[in-house]
Amino acid sequence: MPFEKGAKAPKEQPPRKLSGHRTARLCDTLESVSGTSPEATEGEAGRAQAGLPKLSGHPTEGAVLGECLGALPDCRILPGIFRVSDHDTDDHLEDIALEPLPLDAWHRAKGARMVPFAGYEMPIQYAGPFGGIVAEHNWTRESAGLFDVSHMGQLVLSGPDLDAAVEARLPIDLSTLKLGQQRYSLLLDEEGGVLDDLMVSRWPEALYLVVNGATKWDDMGTLREALPDDITMNYLDERALLALQGPKAADALARHAKGEYPLSALTFMKFGLFKLAGHEVTIARAGYTGEDGFEISLASEAAAEIADLLCGEPEVKPIGLGARDSLRLEAGLPLYGHDLSPETSPIEAGLIFGINKRRRTEGGFPGADRIIREIAEGTQRKWVGLKIEGRLPAREGADVFSGADKIGTVTSGGFSPTLQAPIAMAYVASEHAALGTQLEVEVRGKRLAATVSPTPFVPHRYYRGS
Amino acid sequence: MPRYYTDEHEWIDVEDDIATVGITEYAQEQLGDIVFVELPEVGAMIEQGKDAAVVESVKAASDVYAPITGEVTETNSALEEDPALVNSSPEDAGWFFKMTIAAPAELDKLMDEDGYKAFVEDL
Repeated sequence: MPFEKGAKAPKEQPPRKLSGHRTARLCDTLESVSGTSPEATEGEAGRAQAGLPKLSGHPTEGAVLGECLGALPDCRILPGIFRVSDHDTDDHLEDIALEPLPLDAWHRAKGARMVPFAGYEMPIQYAGPFGGIVAEHNWTRESAGLFDVSHMGQLVLSGPDLDAAVEARLPIDLSTLKLGQQRYSLLLDEEGGVLDDLMVSRWPEALYLVVNGATKWDDMGTLREALPDDITMNYLDERALLALQGPKAADALARHAKGEYPLSALTFMKFGLFKLAGHEVTIARAGYTGEDGFEISLASEAAAEIADLLCGEPEVKPIGLGARDSLRLEAGLPLYGHDLSPETSPIEAGLIFGINKRRRTEGGFPGADRIIREIAEGTQRKWVGLKIEGRLPAREGADVFSGADKIGTVTSGGFSPTLQAPIAMAYVASEHAALGTQLEVEVRGKRLAATVSPTPFVPHRYYRGS
Repeated sequence: MPRYYTDEHEWIDVEDDIATVGITEYAQEQLGDIVFVELPEVGAMIEQGKDAAVVESVKAASDVYAPITGEVTETNSALEEDPALVNSSPEDAGWFFKMTIAAPAELDKLMDEDGYKAFVEDL
């Protein structure tokens, strides 16, 4: 029995359209794991950002967080920085051999099964009585899971007229992104296709970006090419990234996070500077599971100590990429390279919140013509959730039918441990995209009944303040 | 009753002229949580090395090949209700199907328990 057959492992990342720039070759070793990934993609990010809640007991969150962030070292002198220049993206990046991720040995010591992913070896699941995708998935939903997402790219941009330069490349409205806030955004090509999805946070005098692991080298090239020479782009290649996710994540992390204000002052999509066991870290309240949770950026050399510290809490166990994928699927969050690609537009994917309001009328970013047209006129197809009858999962690539007509394709699918039923995400022709529409998905010649269903499949439980 | 193994991680028990087929402990552990097993139809002719069943785990679908050629005589209906039996009891209650043995000589090419154990240790 060949392992992993039907679930065609993640497609290679599609080729980039980067004129005048060679594509780094390291990007796409997405293999063998039925897609799991990276991205702190946050469905509700955009929806949440309009009316920013005030934190009771604090002045404005901006002020509180700003004070704290004032203590951040200038990003340009942070240790472990690899500065990306034009020279680097043209030649140097091609020759970088990927080091093992900072927690490689830590995962192996925990009995992780390591698989190639995004050019690295990553844990798909752990051994032991609490290991395995379903057990890890359920643990995260009920308690708290620690995910190593150090393969993702952490970038810091700084320089004169930074906001205008970045707005020329991303469909984000930076005038409403305050210090200490994080927002979901999209890197689009000239035709409005998705090159990547990413998080953008405002640091003092800088913007901090988290991009997908498999696309980070291409993203750096794309950004470097687009941004003026006096904008500095630093790749934080000696920083690890840990995600602590689940309803008990806040309890566990609050025992260790020391800052100028309590961890509870961070609400969804906010971040600040804290100390964990004496190490300076940034903590964002965000994630990729639909649960309350945090993403912790820290120096690579502190990663094992902090991972041990957090896993020493009774609520916390390490969780692999396998459960990360089933969790994000239940949460209805897209996975780049599967649900999003240069062949898909963010409007088709329902990611209009990633095109900030002002930009929907002003444009001025790559692909704006198509995006603005699609907002006005609608799209031919839409990305929808499907609940599938029975127990047989439909995987990426399965055809979707309405009667005899093929009207769509599954982009992510699997068995939901929470719902105990197969679920999928698919692009379908817009006339078949209404909630409740009865469709069929074909798996190995069999037609399975499927119903267009609301997403998330499992409700999000983000912390928006008490 | 002799038990044989294939290098595709199926086991096969032979009792008189009927063989019982399942996947090994090693296979279930590699696959992880099994959520669905697609079994062949009773009466189907299956051919050594060709697709006979499909196992769906949370993360992927995997083929199970016919370890020998023959006709399917019975399938394990317990797997419809409880596919996780393949995880909890892969080499016993989690059997997949029973079949006739069309060409007994095919069994000679399979591994015995010690042979399979050594094969897995080398993986």
